[in-house]
Amino acid sequence: MTELHIKQTDTGLAYLFSGRMDAGGIAGIWDRACNGLAGHGGAALTLDLSGVTYFDMAGAALIVHLERMARDGNHDTVHMTGLDKSAATLVERVSQTDLAVPEPARPGGRIRRMVENQGRSLGEFWQDAKTFIAFFGELCWFFFAGLLRPGQIRWKETLRVAEQAGVNALPIVALISFIVGLVMAFQSAIPMKMFGAEIYVANLIGLAMVRELGPLMTAIVLAGRSASAFAAEIGTMKINEEIDALSIMGLEPVRFLILPRVIASTVMTPLLTVFAILVGILGGAVVILSMGHPFSAYYNQVVGFVTWGDFVGGMIKCFVFGVLIAATGCIRGYQTRQGPSAVGEAATRAVVSSIILIAVFDGIFSIIYYVLDV
Amino acid sequence: MKEPIIQVKHLYAGYDGQAIMEDLTFDIGKGEIFVILGGSGCGKSTVLKHMIGLVPPVSGQVLIHGQNMVTARGKERTRMLQQIGVAFQNGALFGSMTVLENMMLPMTAFTDLSDDAAKTLALAKLGLVNLNRNSHQLPGELSGGMRKRAAIARAMALDPEVLFLDEPSAGLDPLTSAELDRLIRDLAQTLGITFVIVTHELESILAIADNTIMLEKETKGIIARGHPKDLKADPENEYAYRFFNRNPGKEMTS
Repeated sequence: MTELHIKQTDTGLAYLFSGRMDAGGIAGIWDRACNGLAGHGGAALTLDLSGVTYFDMAGAALIVHLERMARDGNHDTVHMTGLDKSAATLVERVSQTDLAVPEPARPGGRIRRMVENQGRSLGEFWQDAKTFIAFFGELCWFFFAGLLRPGQIRWKETLRVAEQAGVNALPIVALISFIVGLVMAFQSAIPMKMFGAEIYVANLIGLAMVRELGPLMTAIVLAGRSASAFAAEIGTMKINEEIDALSIMGLEPVRFLILPRVIASTVMTPLLTVFAILVGILGGAVVILSMGHPFSAYYNQVVGFVTWGDFVGGMIKCFVFGVLIAATGCIRGYQTRQGPSAVGEAATRAVVSSIILIAVFDGIFSIIYYVLDV
Repeated sequence: MKEPIIQVKHLYAGYDGQAIMEDLTFDIGKGEIFVILGGSGCGKSTVLKHMIGLVPPVSGQVLIHGQNMVTARGKERTRMLQQIGVAFQNGALFGSMTVLENMMLPMTAFTDLSDDAAKTLALAKLGLVNLNRNSHQLPGELSGGMRKRAAIARAMALDPEVLFLDEPSAGLDPLTSAELDRLIRDLAQTLGITFVIVTHELESILAIADNTIMLEKETKGIIARGHPKDLKADPENEYAYRFFNRNPGKEMTS
C-alpha cells in the first residue's frame, strides 16, 4: 500500500512516502502530491523516501515531476532523503528528460488554418477528380486495345473475378431483391385494396423492379461487396509493392489487374440484375397469391404492362453501374497510401464513392429517359 | 549464474500438436541479456510466443518467478503479463494513436493513474529511449529505428521485470542498430531489466548477449549454449562455430 504524509515543518513542507512506488501505487497519491505544493511558495520541500519498499521508473517520474513543480513554484530548496543507490540512478535518469509534450508547430491563427484546410480539401477533390478521369481514359484505352487483340486480356483472371464478384453474390442479391419486392408489394397492396385495385400491385412491382429497383439494388449490393473487395485487394498489393514490381516487369497494372475486374463486373452486373428483377417480381407474387389472386393473373398483368423498352433501359443503366463499381473500387485501391489503416480507408472510400456515383448516374439516366420519352 | 527469473522446462514448441522444437530446457537469470538464436525458420519466434503466453506450446512449462505461464488463466495470467513487456518485430504500435497515446494505453488500462500522471510517466519512459520530442507524432511518421525504440518504450510502460524483443535490429542500418544495442545494455544496467531477445544479427549478439541458446532445425533442439564469444571461439561445436564465423560449410567454400 502506497502512502503519502504531508507534514508542515518549521522550514517548509515534508513529503513522507511509504510503500510501493510503482505505477499502480503512485496512481492514488499523484494528485494529492501535486496539489499539496500549491500555495506554499518560498518554503523548502523535503521528499523523504525512507519508508519506500519498492521504487521504479514510475516513482522516479513522480519525484522528478514534484521537484520541477516545486522549483517552478519558487520553493527555495528541494531535499531528497532516503534514496538508495538504484533509486538515485533512476531519478537521475528521469531528470535528464523534458517531461512536457512538445506542441507541433502550426503557424497562423484558427481562421487562417480553417481557410487553409478548406483550400487543401478543395485542391485534393480537384486532384481526385482529375485522377479519376485520367484513370478512366487509360482504362478505356486498354479496353479497346484489348478488343483489337483479345489475347492480351487475362481471361482466366477475368473468369475468376466473375465467379467471385458475380456468382458468389447471387444469394445476397436474390435475398435483398426478394425482400424488396415482397415488402413493396405488401405496403402498396394495403392502400390499393381500399379501391379494390390490388391486382395493379403487379404493374407497380413489375415496372419498379425492371426500370429502377432491380438495377439500383443490385448495384448497391455490388458496391458494398465487390468495390470494397477490389479496393482492398489492389490496396494490399500496392502496400506490398507488388504493383511496383508489376510496372518494373513492364506489365501495365491497369491492363494486368484492373481490366479483368472491370470486364468481369461489367458482364456480371446485368446478369445479376436480370436475376434480381425476376426474384423481386416473385416476391411481389407471394403477396398477391396470399390475397387470393391466381398466379396467371399476376403474370399477365406484369407481362402485359412492362415493355421491352423498360427492360432495355434498365439493362443499359446496370451496364454503366457495373463499369462504375469496378472502376471506382480499383481506382481507390490504386490510390492507397502507406500505413496500417490505409487499406481499410481505401475500401471505405471505394464503397462511398461508388454509391455516390451510382446515385448520380441513376439521376442522369432518369432525366435522359424522360427527355427521350422512354 | 544469478537466480533464474524464467525457467523453461521440457518445452515442445509448435502449432497444432506438431512440435518443431523438442524438449527445450533452459534458465534465464535475473538481469541477464539472453539471446535465442538460430537460422531462419527454425522456430525462434514460436518459442518466444510460447514464453509470452501468446500461443500454447505442444507441451512443457514456462515458469516466470516459479509460476507457469502456459497454464495461467484469468487474473493470474493478467498479473503475470504485467510482469513482462514485449516489443514485436514490426513494433506493433497502434497506427491511429500518437506515440504518447500508445504509451499511455497500458498505464491507464491497468492502473488508476490520471491522464496527467500517465502522461508524465509516459514521457519519462520515452526520454529513456530518446523519443520524448516525438511523443506527439503518429507511428507512421517515425523512422524504422524510432519505431523500434517506441515499441521498447511501450513494452516498458508498466516497468516489467522482463522484456522480450523479437528481432529488434532487423531492417536497421548498422549505426541505428548499434544505438539500439547500447540502449538495451543501458536499460539492463540501470533498470535491472532482464532481456530475452530473438535475433540472428551476429554483431548485436556479440555486443550485448550475456548468454545464448542456439536452436537448430534438423535436430529440433538446442545445439549450443553459453556466452557468444565462447561459441565463436569453439570449433568443437561445428554448427555454432560456422554460424558465428559466417561459414556456410565446406562444400560451399573454395
